[in-house]
Amino acid sequence: MKVRVLRNDGSKQWWQEFSVESSKRATVLDLLLNIRETQDHTLAFRHSCQMGSCGSCGIVINGKPSLACQTRISELKSETIRIEPLYSYPVIKDLVVDLNDFVNKHRSVKPYIIRKNPQELEEAPMEFRVTSAENMSFIQYDYCIMCGLCVAACPTVALDPQFIGPQALAQAYRYIADPRDEGFKERKAELDTSHGVWRCHFAGACSYVCPKGVDPAQAIQLLKREIYKRMFVRGPKVGAPVSVLAKQEKPISNQPKAPPLDFKSGVNQNE
Amino acid sequence: MEQLDYDVVIVGSGLAGLRTAIEVLRVDSGKFGIRVALISKLYLMRSHSVSAEGGTSAVLYPEEGDSFELYAWDTIKGSDFLADQDAVWKFVHLATQETRLIERWGVPWNRREDGRIEQRWFGGLSFPRATYAQDKTGFFEMRALYDTLLKYDAWDRFDEHFVTSLVLDGNKFVGFNAIDLKTGNMRFFRGKAGVIATGGNGQMYRITSTASSSTGDGYGIAYNAGIPLKDMEFVQFHPTGLVPKGLLITEAARGEGAYLKNADGERFMKKYAPSKMELAPRDIVSRSIMTEIREGRGIKDEATGIQHVWLDMTHLGKERIEQKLPLIREMGLKYLGIDIVNDPMPVRPTTHYEMGGIHTDIDGKVQSLEGPIKGLWAAGETACVSIQGSNRLGSNGTNECLVYGHIVGNDIYNYISNEKPSLPSIPAGKLESEQERIFSGLLGKESNGEDVYQIKDELKDTMEKYVHVYRTEEELKTAVKIVRELKERYKNIRLTDRGLKFNYNLQHALELGFLLDQAEIISLGALMRTESRGAHARLDYPNRDDEHWLKHTLAVKGAEGPSFSYLPVRITMWKPVARVY
Repeated sequence: MKVRVLRNDGSKQWWQEFSVESSKRATVLDLLLNIRETQDHTLAFRHSCQMGSCGSCGIVINGKPSLACQTRISELKSETIRIEPLYSYPVIKDLVVDLNDFVNKHRSVKPYIIRKNPQELEEAPMEFRVTSAENMSFIQYDYCIMCGLCVAACPTVALDPQFIGPQALAQAYRYIADPRDEGFKERKAELDTSHGVWRCHFAGACSYVCPKGVDPAQAIQLLKREIYKRMFVRGPKVGAPVSVLAKQEKPISNQPKAPPLDFKSGVNQNE
Repeated sequence: MEQLDYDVVIVGSGLAGLRTAIEVLRVDSGKFGIRVALISKLYLMRSHSVSAEGGTSAVLYPEEGDSFELYAWDTIKGSDFLADQDAVWKFVHLATQETRLIERWGVPWNRREDGRIEQRWFGGLSFPRATYAQDKTGFFEMRALYDTLLKYDAWDRFDEHFVTSLVLDGNKFVGFNAIDLKTGNMRFFRGKAGVIATGGNGQMYRITSTASSSTGDGYGIAYNAGIPLKDMEFVQFHPTGLVPKGLLITEAARGEGAYLKNADGERFMKKYAPSKMELAPRDIVSRSIMTEIREGRGIKDEATGIQHVWLDMTHLGKERIEQKLPLIREMGLKYLGIDIVNDPMPVRPTTHYEMGGIHTDIDGKVQSLEGPIKGLWAAGETACVSIQGSNRLGSNGTNECLVYGHIVGNDIYNYISNEKPSLPSIPAGKLESEQERIFSGLLGKESNGEDVYQIKDELKDTMEKYVHVYRTEEELKTAVKIVRELKERYKNIRLTDRGLKFNYNLQHALELGFLLDQAEIISLGALMRTESRGAHARLDYPNRDDEHWLKHTLAVKGAEGPSFSYLPVRITMWKPVARVY
């Protein structure tokens, strides 16, 4: 097996090729670990849980932003594997990119439960009552592991660095759709701008690469709908009281998903 | 060296670290202007708590027959009576409010028909009190805590900082030395209060459910500073690790009704725990699986030769699996290409959790042999209070992190607001000597020495082979001998990466140093404990021996390896009885 890695020492970048043995169940992370431990101790890449939960090992594999730990070699069906750091992030060393902007954008949408009476979040003699159907209206967006693949895939982020981006917008929707949350107004100023939801061109690349089925593209469309709805209609909001929502609208997870795009013809095929 | 001053410095950003940070900030709310530094060698949201799957126990439905007594009894019996009973009593009470509080912070607990929180069975419980969010409980808890922390302003994050040592001045906390991985420069974090919450050390084993970050750093810095590690010989093997690597297949699979079967298709647990069957505590199920394998009723994995048994969920139905165990299904599909709806999963015991840890009192205050270390706390898997004794029950890990985050956070707030301590002065030469050790001693050493990954490989094989579910004097002696040889070779270690930025070679070398010390402590502690209790099963001493061994092990660093002493268990409610399920 040949593995070509785009290396970077902070001042220059170059391609380096490694030969490494692969096995039936090996993942790209297994190969990278093997290379680092037996061939080149200086190769820098992040990884941790090895089971697709921590979000550390996002890289670009054969042109597609992917988790190294969840990409099996046998699925790639190629003799040579091409590995690059995530697109649209500053590279620090080899496959390690700077996530500070990503982390800050997530924080900017106030990703936490907001209540009109904040004291309700300080003590909990009893839980809020939430039905399973209401859980389904936001839980898909709560699957986000903050790996950053969606941002690397997004053509709009590549052109507009100020765009809040699919990860943070999906998280804004995750909380707005939560029946326990009352913070739509506090988040609106950040979302309802030309670098917010309206900048999204609905390419759908984010949803195509998301390893956890979050579907940020859909979340952004639902955010747009929510902003419109609250502008013109005193209709049912996605948040509480949720019993209204449950009667009038289908649970969001049952709605059809956006069709996947052919990502191969997408970004950055040139080496 | 850059020096940063904070009121509170927390190392580790898993459930325990995040919960501690939130507690300090919310209780203070600006009253004393307390500022917190949160340090992690990963990005804060990436800690291994995200991989906790099955549940978080709490008494939520006393009207349906659950009670604090019953929960405490389950925990103490599960611990094989090594837990300190006063600590367990305190812990079970606080778990209830923590479970409800994080619900308000966004955790999407699975729900009953009427919208209240749902619970399910877990091993060793007398009531189905494992509260859960699908099979990603720890993940959703981490998300809610990380996001909730973002509400507060009086804290700074130090992502990707590797803490190399703890600095004390006599019996007083001073601060932590850390390498900023991004620049390679060292920083000293000085604080009025310090918290160690860095999780476990499963990476000294070959087959483990733990993340590559679980390298015992917190134990290591405490041990090197002269603080005792308690009960380290009690290593939990989770019964169902996915072959070949040992990734966690949650106990909730069995809670939902999965069967364990041997090569003959027999539900073998009926021989070992006829009433609890697959839902016996973890130590018992792991021993049962290893007995089946040793007696020739295991199945051999074709690709690796690893012996395993089957975890069969095919009778549960697709709908139940999708709602309750989606992650397990995804893992089967992604890693082995099997669908648990139709096929059984190959599983075997996998190193999962360290019951032992830094010696603390009932409030998480770190203790030396002489008494408390002023201004230093530990929480979560890193701490040994002891709640878990010699065997932790499934669903008792995440809530220990939450409860002790709460307790420690409040204790720190009270310490700072009542005693108004000033910033400690730094003992002369402590920072310079650390810089010297790292930069000249490791990074600058020009020698043809040993390779980090080679030694780590041999350590993993040694522990997997000789310090496993079943132990004997002969095997443990072999382990001690090999580990000591590896420690000798480690002194002559050589780094090939000489750079400063993201020098993982250097980080891995420091982690390996911690792991080697702990492997020695575990093997020696296990060798000396001539009884079988909880997760520590000696084939040559098959019975529990309360007369001689109803006591905690303490290991303190000496010139020639650890020296051991013992501490009585606090028995306040129930006298030890035979442990039958």
